[in-house]
This record gives sequence, structure tokens and C-alpha cells, in this order.
Amino acid sequence: MTLDFSTLLPYTDQILHGLMTTLWLTAVTTMAGIALAIVVAYLRDGASKGRPSLVSRLLGGYVEVIRNTPFIVQLFFLFFGLPALGIPISATVAALLAMTLNLGAYTAEILRAGIDSTQRGQHEAARALGLSRLQSFRHVVLVPAFSRVYPSLISQCIIVMLGSAVVSQISVFDLTYAANFIQSRNFRGFEVYLVVTLIYLLLAVGLRLAFEFVGRRLFAFRQGGSA
Amino acid sequence: MTDFTLWDIVRNLLLAGRWTVVLSLIAFAGGALVGLVLTLARMGGLKPIRWLIRLYVDLFQGTPLLMQLFLAYFGAAVLGFDVSAWTAASVALTLFTSAFLCDIWRGCVEAVPSGQWQASRVLGLNYLQSMRHVILPQALRLAVPPTVGFSVQVIKGTALASVIGFVELTKAGTMLNNAAFAPFTIFALVALGYFILCYPLSRYARHLEKKLYGAGIR
Repeated sequence: MTLDFSTLLPYTDQILHGLMTTLWLTAVTTMAGIALAIVVAYLRDGASKGRPSLVSRLLGGYVEVIRNTPFIVQLFFLFFGLPALGIPISATVAALLAMTLNLGAYTAEILRAGIDSTQRGQHEAARALGLSRLQSFRHVVLVPAFSRVYPSLISQCIIVMLGSAVVSQISVFDLTYAANFIQSRNFRGFEVYLVVTLIYLLLAVGLRLAFEFVGRRLFAFRQGGSA
Repeated sequence: MTDFTLWDIVRNLLLAGRWTVVLSLIAFAGGALVGLVLTLARMGGLKPIRWLIRLYVDLFQGTPLLMQLFLAYFGAAVLGFDVSAWTAASVALTLFTSAFLCDIWRGCVEAVPSGQWQASRVLGLNYLQSMRHVILPQALRLAVPPTVGFSVQVIKGTALASVIGFVELTKAGTMLNNAAFAPFTIFALVALGYFILCYPLSRYARHLEKKLYGAGIR
């Protein structure tokens, strides 16, 4: 059997459609997931001074459950489980929700490492200078923590983009769904999967470059600094 | 249609869970073996070999595991092999694991101060002897926590083998759901199964990490 990539040409539209879905799913969940992680980190940071509060424990439970179960099971639980409880949910919404909850948990843990390495004294100094808890969290704790853990954050967002291939299993028309669709039509499984795998590889490289570009702008204050 | 009791569901999930454990062990053992060879070749090898291994690592880290499974499954058919889901899943997960472990371990070997290398070479040890007696014992200490941590990713990765028809915990969950239609209970139990396997390993990895840094390494 020989390889024949020309059999893919009639399906360019499907591949582009899948590519666009994968891209916007990643874009939306990256922003929503990071926002969620900031909220989780803020609530946990506030609680970390004394005994862990109920909220802090619940959030810790959320992070551990997500980090110790497979994404595909989280996705199935939301997509099949919620309608059975009387909450109707579409495949796309289930995919967005699962990806956001997943990235949120991992990013919250990454951020926590960055926050923990901020010296306690800086936080106290900011409060003493009259900044509110929120202002101090934002300017003194969060931004330096972000710049410190930014490389891990990039890797995590790429992992979520690659992991989004799984949403094809609940029939979201992403890049992998396009590959399965084409494979079921022309029975050229290897060629299709090889091409789509390479597209994912390019996406991963592109995403990393884009994140690094944004990071250089965002954290320009660190260049030449001692932080 | 037969009625499923909670015990029927749990029993079937436990039976299928065995295959999650077995596949995880195969992937981890195979991946560790291949990863070790790759790490050693990468540390000592010629430039083209190092470059090839880096490409290998980047390929597996930059593409979805699901695609790797599909390629192993369909690629083997193109090459004329009739592979079972067992073989395809074992091969794909082994290669996936080896790439990540190679990357983790390379970092650990590089973290051993270069003075250690120079000293052992000056003392007349050759490359293999230096590696065996000086570098690896030190790198090993650094490598244990992240390696235990990565084993959690391997266990979670086996869930994707369900997609190519390998009957493990996740696949058993979807099959049971088709018959019993109790998705909330079933997938909560499936998640619990993974949690029971993964959480102790996560905790252990964190404990080892704390111990290592507490001991003043680095």
C-alpha cells in the first residue's frame, strides 16, 4: 500500500472548518481559564494566612479532582451527566466548559507557585502604603507572579490546545473530528491523521511564538531589571 | 432490558480498571526503558543523534496523544500489520512516555554541576564510568519526584486508548452508560477510579519534592 495525499484535496473545507473550531475553542478557553485561575488564586491567597477556610478547601478539592482525572472523563461527565440531571448542554458548551475548568485548575496551581515565591514582606509593604487588598494582590502579587511562571503558563495552554482533540469524541467539529470524518469517507486513515498531526504541531509552535511575543510586551518592565 | 444495580456498575468498572492499571504499567515500564536509552544517547551522542532525539521529543510533546494513537492504529495497517487496539495503545503510550521522560531526565542530568563531570574525567574515568558512578547517582535523586509526578500523566493518558476501542476504565464507562443510562453516576465513578489511582501518586511526588528541596539540593 502506498501513500496518496491527493485523496485529501477534496476535503480542504472540512479541515479548514475544523482548524477554525480548534483555534477559537483554544482562544476562548485560554482567556476564560486564566481568568478563572486568577479568581481561584485570589480566594486561596486570602485564605492562606490563617486556617484554611471552607472556600479555600473546596477550591483545593476542585484543583485536585481536575488534576487527577483524565480530561476525556471530565468532558463525558459534563456532556452526558448534566443533561441527565435536567440541565441541557450542547456539545460546544460542554467542550468550552470542560476545557476552561481544566485549564483553570492547572493554571491556579501554576499561579500559586508564583504567588508563594513573592516575598511576604512585599505584600505587607503594599498594605502599609495604603493599597487595598485587591490593589495589592493585583499590582504586587499577581503581575510579578505571572511574569515568573509565564513559561509554565505557555506550556499549559499548549497542552490544553492539544488536549482539545478529545472534544471530537462528543461530536464537536474540530480538527480531529474533521480527520475522523475524512477517514470515514476515503478510508485513507494514515494520510489524514499524518497531515492533521502536522497541523497540530504547527499550531503548537505558532501558539508558543505568539505567547512569547505577547510576553515580551506584557512583561517588558522585567527586562534589565533584577526581578 | 435488564436492570443494573449500583454493584453491577461498580463491579464492571473494577474489572475494566485492571486493564487501565496494566496498560499504565506497560507504558511506564516501556517508556522508562526507551527514555533511558534516549537520555544516554542524547547526553553522549554525536550532534546528528542529539538533534534527532530532540526532534523526537518535540514531535511527541507538540502533537495530541489522541493523534499518536490514531497514527499507531492506522499507520500499522498501512505498513501491512494487523494490529490490535492493545498493541497500538501500548506502542503509542510507550513512545509518548519515553519522549516526556527523556526530556525530564535530560534536565536532571544537566542539573548535576559540570565540575562533577570534569573532576571524574580528570580522575581517569571514561564517559560510561563517569555517567555510571558519578553523574547518574546524583541525577537519580533529582529525577525521582518529577518521574513519579509524570506517572500520573501516563495513567490519565491511558483513558484515550478507549477511543481506539481498548476496553479500559473509560471505555467500560461509556459501554455501561449505553446499557444502563446513568451517566452522572457512571462517569462520577469512572472519575473516582482515576482519582484513587492518581491522587496518592500526586501526593507522593509532592512529598518527595519537598523532601529534596528541604535537603538543600540546588
